[in-house]
Amino acid sequence: MNKHQLDHAKEQIKERMDEVDKSLPVGTSVMQKNRKKTKKVRSDIKVLQVNNLQVSFRTYGGEVEAVRGVSFNLHQGETLAIVGESGCGKSVTSNAIMGLIPQPAGIIKNGSVLFKGKELTSMSKSQLRKIQGVDISMIFQDPMTALNPTLTIGEQLTEGLRTHKRVSKQEAKQKAIEMLELVGIPNPTERLKQFPHQFSGGMRQRIVIAIALICEPELLIADEPTTALDVTIQAQILELFEEIQQKTNISIILITHDLGVVAKIADRIAVMYAGKIVEIGDKRAIFYTPEHPYTKGLLNSVPRLDLVGEELQPIEGTPPDLFSPPKGCPFTARCPYAMEVCEHVYPFTKAISESHAVDCWLQDERAKALQELS
Amino acid sequence: MGKYIVKRFIMMIATILIIASLTFVLMHLIPGSPFDGERTTNPTIQANLEKFYKLDQPLHIQYLSYLKSIVTFDFGPSIKKPNESVNELLARGFPISFELGMATILVALLSGIILGTIASLRHNGLVDYFAMTFAVVGISVPNFVLATLLIQQLAVKWDLLPAATWSSPLHMILPIIALATGPTAIIARLTRSSMLEVLTQDYIKMARAKGLSPARIIVRHALRNALMPVVTILGTMLAGILTGTFVIERIFAIPGMGKYFVESINNRDYPVIMGTTVFYSAFLVFMLFIVDIAYGLLDPRIKLHRKEGDA
Ligand SMILES: Nc1ncnc2c1ncn2[C@@H]1O[C@H](COP(=O)(O)OP(=O)(O)OP(=O)(O)O)[C@@H](O)[C@H]1O
Ligand code: SF4
Ligand SMILES: [Mg+2]
Repeated sequence: MNKHQLDHAKEQIKERMDEVDKSLPVGTSVMQKNRKKTKKVRSDIKVLQVNNLQVSFRTYGGEVEAVRGVSFNLHQGETLAIVGESGCGKSVTSNAIMGLIPQPAGIIKNGSVLFKGKELTSMSKSQLRKIQGVDISMIFQDPMTALNPTLTIGEQLTEGLRTHKRVSKQEAKQKAIEMLELVGIPNPTERLKQFPHQFSGGMRQRIVIAIALICEPELLIADEPTTALDVTIQAQILELFEEIQQKTNISIILITHDLGVVAKIADRIAVMYAGKIVEIGDKRAIFYTPEHPYTKGLLNSVPRLDLVGEELQPIEGTPPDLFSPPKGCPFTARCPYAMEVCEHVYPFTKAISESHAVDCWLQDERAKALQELS
Repeated sequence: MGKYIVKRFIMMIATILIIASLTFVLMHLIPGSPFDGERTTNPTIQANLEKFYKLDQPLHIQYLSYLKSIVTFDFGPSIKKPNESVNELLARGFPISFELGMATILVALLSGIILGTIASLRHNGLVDYFAMTFAVVGISVPNFVLATLLIQQLAVKWDLLPAATWSSPLHMILPIIALATGPTAIIARLTRSSMLEVLTQDYIKMARAKGLSPARIIVRHALRNALMPVVTILGTMLAGILTGTFVIERIFAIPGMGKYFVESINNRDYPVIMGTTVFYSAFLVFMLFIVDIAYGLLDPRIKLHRKEGDA
């Protein structure tokens, strides 16, 4: 996480704190307030089920095990944030779900991705194309490069629709105008004829979102959608996500480094480390009762509401090399609680509650007993 | 747009004038005169001839009448072939050279782009290696060597195709291959490297994420962007092909402008040199102008005209 992002997180959290101070009794948390505002009821429909997903890349230096057994579910209308340090496999995970692993270097070695019960990993490319952009859409990090500079906004908006759905040119155009209105672009009719370079960064990201949503997908994967934008625009884009989710009940996977963003719009959080999800749970659980030492480290490296003014403690060391990932817990080398067993055996996944699970030996009864002794 | 074209037009005129003037200076710097043949001409006759062609007048007067001939586009008769005017020579020779040049550029563009695209899609595959080997060879072998080789192998030895002249489409194949191979190789390499770059761009990934067909992604999203550098080099490439036609025409005995041009320089046939040079430079400058316009049409970020501000 860089300085800029930290500053940003600090700013956002402080802002929200002030808000809280004004409206809530002392001791009530921001989180609770946010929940009141959105007040989502979790649907039972599982849109996406990822099970033991493993993705590797063949390179000249050997095989990079980028994703090493990732499992999670995503419900309808839910926002799952995937957080973790750079290189931990967030983008590879999302690309694998989307069927966009670069060929021929990348291979899905194992696991399954069920989208509404349909297995995606075994689909042919042409079958996948019927889902890409229609049922599952993706938004990329940098709006400056995600749009084709030589095609008009209108062409880029309508081509997906025209490819997948039987609509006339006129209908497609009408839909494109609606989408631009939805994402808040003024004068959509004239804007359709313009090229990407005629829009600012924030506007372009709105257009990218409009493109992603035009076929009314049920799942949106956003890979760091606000990282390249400045703070005020970031907030606007996040609000747009919330608004769209309320209107369409779309499920969102949000990938980010930025815990400020997570605090704002996630329902659940998955913490990734070295190609694995080491902790997953409701936002409240992850923010207030994190169990994995890495999650705690991440939270400590960001300014906390209850610790304002205290020094930040970035996690020392670097993640392991994914060419030859460690057999045991990959966090061992950096973990202040590391035990002998951690180095040799990967911990079991322990369910702390119905919606909170963690991969750490500290959860083992024996370790707990040991801690109590000392 | 209109303003830009007017500006470009004025610049084109200026360019042609500079080229014409340089040609005039160079022509008169080269020793010798049109009447320096093996046979010594009678001095009085020579004086009369020089008077007829106004070669006896001071250089600045000659220069002025030269400029006048450019403006009126009337270069008068050839000195060596007095019964033919320069304009007649151009009217006879240029269409053939134009045909050869245009066919070459079309063949080179088409095959170069296809080859480069396939190579980029099969990056580091067999097709890629084959195409790039061809490209290296194609760039290194000069067209006159290739021309001779083609004649010797395909025309003389195997008797597959006619060896010379420009009388039927069949006759055109060898000269076009000889002239187009180099440019094809250059275009193929450029297309490949620029395609490889474009294919890694986010907007290609985005197009994939939209579930578009591979053909649509390649043609509409990748190629259009990848061809920008190709359009940029088209101008200089045209100049190369233009001069290339002179050489190829000689080898294949094609009655285009090349023959007249080379002869005119050997003979110091001033009106022909001046006429063809001015004509060719005007032609080339005009083609460069077309290329620029095409570039502006392909890439919307290049503005040929001022427009309202950005968003
Ligand atoms: N095309 C590829 N070829 C080889 N290795 C790759 C490729 N793409 C990703 N990797 C490797 O996979 C690992 C995970 O990469 P990924 O892009 O998913 O990280 P990330 O969590 O998205 O990081 P960031 O926050 O920097 O975007 C990295 O170690 C990276 O080197
Ligand atoms: S398993 Fe061991 S090394 Fe890994 S996080 Fe838990 S305590 Fe630390
Ligand atoms: Mg990433």
